[in-house]
Amino acid sequence: MAVGFLDRSRIVASSGWSRWLVPPAALAVHLSIGQAYAWSVFKPPLEKTLGLTGTESALPFQLGIVMLGLSAAFGGTLVERNGPRWAMFVSMVCFSSGFLLSALGVATSQYWLVVLGWGGIGGIGLGIGYISPVSTLIKWFPDRPGMATGIAIMGFGGGALIASPWSSQMLGTAPWSIGTVATAFLVHGLVYAVFMTLGILLVRVPADDWKPKGWEPKTDHGNAMITTANVSARNAIRTPQFWLLWVVLCFNVTAGIGILEKASPMIADFFRETSTPVGTAAAAGFVALLSLTNMLGRFVWSSTSDLVGRKNIYRLYLGVGALLYLVIALTTNASKLVFVLCAMLILSFYGGGFATVPAYLKDLFGTYQVGAIHGRLLTAWSMAGVLGPLIVNAIADSQKAAGKVGPDLYSTSLFIMIGLLVAGFVANELVRPVNPKYHEPASSGEPARSEAR
Amino acid sequence: MTEQAPGRRRTGLMVFAWLWVALPFAYGVYELFRKVVQLFGG
Repeated sequence: MAVGFLDRSRIVASSGWSRWLVPPAALAVHLSIGQAYAWSVFKPPLEKTLGLTGTESALPFQLGIVMLGLSAAFGGTLVERNGPRWAMFVSMVCFSSGFLLSALGVATSQYWLVVLGWGGIGGIGLGIGYISPVSTLIKWFPDRPGMATGIAIMGFGGGALIASPWSSQMLGTAPWSIGTVATAFLVHGLVYAVFMTLGILLVRVPADDWKPKGWEPKTDHGNAMITTANVSARNAIRTPQFWLLWVVLCFNVTAGIGILEKASPMIADFFRETSTPVGTAAAAGFVALLSLTNMLGRFVWSSTSDLVGRKNIYRLYLGVGALLYLVIALTTNASKLVFVLCAMLILSFYGGGFATVPAYLKDLFGTYQVGAIHGRLLTAWSMAGVLGPLIVNAIADSQKAAGKVGPDLYSTSLFIMIGLLVAGFVANELVRPVNPKYHEPASSGEPARSEAR
Repeated sequence: MTEQAPGRRRTGLMVFAWLWVALPFAYGVYELFRKVVQLFGG
């Protein structure tokens, strides 16, 4: 029964189907799995009820991001073969099961179930869900692919905007009980299953001969293309450009994710000893603000890269990002406004880095297998998901054990992030057009051409 | 084959689908502004 219902052939749109029904289907999935960005709201209740350290409570998030990257990298072929309804269904089952297992884990004080559930199984839901609507939207909106992918990727960035206050209200304030935390996980699992079901039911793929009314495909992309040559996914990973971009993405994401995963306790620690301490509700507001800029950065900076070029926009992400970290390191808790603004900008660069990298890959390697190349590059996200939280949490825990408080818990981490961003900046500077020996044989009427920008 | 205007039968579905995602998002934006006041207003 399920195979037929989920099969791609069952969701080919009829001629009257509006493509504007597809974005809400995509958003139903991405707004749900974007909850991952609000994980930090669960950290203090988990630490208090199960007696965990900051490093331990970061494990589900770290594993979740690892699984996201791996399942996106290696599940792309399956998603293409089986279609978006299958992918959304798998995503929903994994994502919701992750919450249900976490509820069981908290209720029985078996923290490994939370790590395995939310991080391991839920992480597969994140990865499959992340890639499923993106390719479908591109097919529905060939005239506006940037806008279409922007909708989905913004949805992922904005998921925490909903989850952060919702989870906070459900969890309440300290002291938390095991029952409260377990119930919160249970309710999240059930509600997200219902919410994502709309996407599963609504998603359609266009017929092979479908195109938007009045639109004809362009044969010449003009200055939007850096190269008109094509590189296969197999050859791409043999080029230095791929690995330089891998480093760029990994370090840019590490710098952002380090703040994101620790956002709620970090701002509370920074301003604990000041005249304006940050409470739980306000810290949740900080998480939501970061989610908003993460979301907006995906659209604004990626669109800007069409005007200024990919290399230049990554100079901004990495160079200005390093300077912003330096500002936080030097001003510490002198100004809440400066701290929040810097963090917001860093997170906008984080989101922008995600949204711009497919275009960067397309510029360097052509469109031939850019999806598969992008999937392989997302393993950098997995690495960053481990690196960022590990650096920030391990250092904060060791500093706390040494008796330090406030911004001192994070100063070493901040300087490490600056170093990583500078290394990423250098890697970006080393990116050059791909050696023609890696190009696929040029098809008729499509000469290979490269130009620097 | 080209895109055709959605029929009346699908208008209700369109409204429902967009409200499904827009209402939680609006809740998130509303809570964001409430929390921003708390963040800076103490």
